[in-house]
Amino acid sequence: MTERYIARSSAIAARMLGGEMMIMSAVDSTFFTLNEVATIIWQSADGGTSLSEIVEKVCREFEVEPDSARRDAEQFVDELSRHGILLISDKPIDNPSTRPTEAL
Amino acid sequence: MKQQWNRSSQLCRRAEGPWNASKYEGNELSPAIQTHEVAIEIGGIPVLLRTEDASFRDLLENRYAGFVSRTARPKFEFDVDVGPHGASTDEDLQVKIQAGKWLLWRGDFNSEWDPRAGKGWIRQSANPYSIDSVLRIVHSLILAREGGFLVHSASAIRTGRAFLFSGLSGAGKTTISRLAPSDVTLLTDEISYVRRDGEGYRACGTPFAGELARLGENCSAPVATLFFLEQGPKNQIRPISSADAVRRLLRNILFFADDPDLVKLVFRSALDFVTLVPVRRMTFLPDERVWELVD
Repeated sequence: MTERYIARSSAIAARMLGGEMMIMSAVDSTFFTLNEVATIIWQSADGGTSLSEIVEKVCREFEVEPDSARRDAEQFVDELSRHGILLISDKPIDNPSTRPTEAL
Repeated sequence: MKQQWNRSSQLCRRAEGPWNASKYEGNELSPAIQTHEVAIEIGGIPVLLRTEDASFRDLLENRYAGFVSRTARPKFEFDVDVGPHGASTDEDLQVKIQAGKWLLWRGDFNSEWDPRAGKGWIRQSANPYSIDSVLRIVHSLILAREGGFLVHSASAIRTGRAFLFSGLSGAGKTTISRLAPSDVTLLTDEISYVRRDGEGYRACGTPFAGELARLGENCSAPVATLFFLEQGPKNQIRPISSADAVRRLLRNILFFADDPDLVKLVFRSALDFVTLVPVRRMTFLPDERVWELVD
């Protein structure tokens, strides 16, 4: 399977509130709230950590089968990338503009 | 040798204040042009509208009666060209920033506004809905930079504190406004004006009326609670999660601009508001007892 790398877009605003990560696309104003697992994926999306490593991290913290976690993570990143919230590449993403615009 | 041009020899110039006064301007060289100035102060932010159309001035002074300021020095000025500029309010509104200037247009008006210079112009028909829309847009843009917003919400002051009742059309904003007892000061039944005020927020009266067709009072108070209205079998206040509160608030904030930076600002304002102000769900029956829950 091709490895994937994910990075947070700069065209978003995000903040943790009441224990939930909230994200808004500055491009199409779509608003998302993330659960705990999705928040780990989001916070790990630094462009340099592969999705496989992120899924391993999720599996260490939650009782979940690796295949199931991988499938859910793939769906999650695909959906956020469709709204321009996450950037996806088959190589590490080294772009300062991908840093989040708000403190996580 | 040509004479040097100076301001005093301009063919026509505008006099400085006093605001709202009708001024006869011009000099021997120019045709007589009478301009009329009306400063409309909403949320403590006066906006000067300047027109050569006396009947439009009268329309402004009547429509915004309690919000016409005779003393405040306006921070923003607009020249309003009233004429046959189209009357369709059905076209989609567009608001964009270009080279530091906001461009606003719809079927019934177009406008340009330079927020740094504090100046702009509006071309519209003699239609009160057009100027109402421009004022809402301009104030929403001003507030976004300050951490505030306009929100679909009735608001009212009771015992020195402001309460907001938010919801889309049909949620009950006008109904709860109509049921307000006599000790309540109504700020608006349709669009609330919310400004950042230290570690909290302040709700200000607006002339943007809904079905009640009554201007709000031109005063303000610190926001105590935001209620999201719902139709229900009894009068009841219930908690709401932060995420749901932010989601509902974002849905009700008036936001017109196609501008990613402003989207981020509005998002931050909504989260700051939910962090600092209690937010609740309110279901109510359409009778005055609902106000027993508000104090």
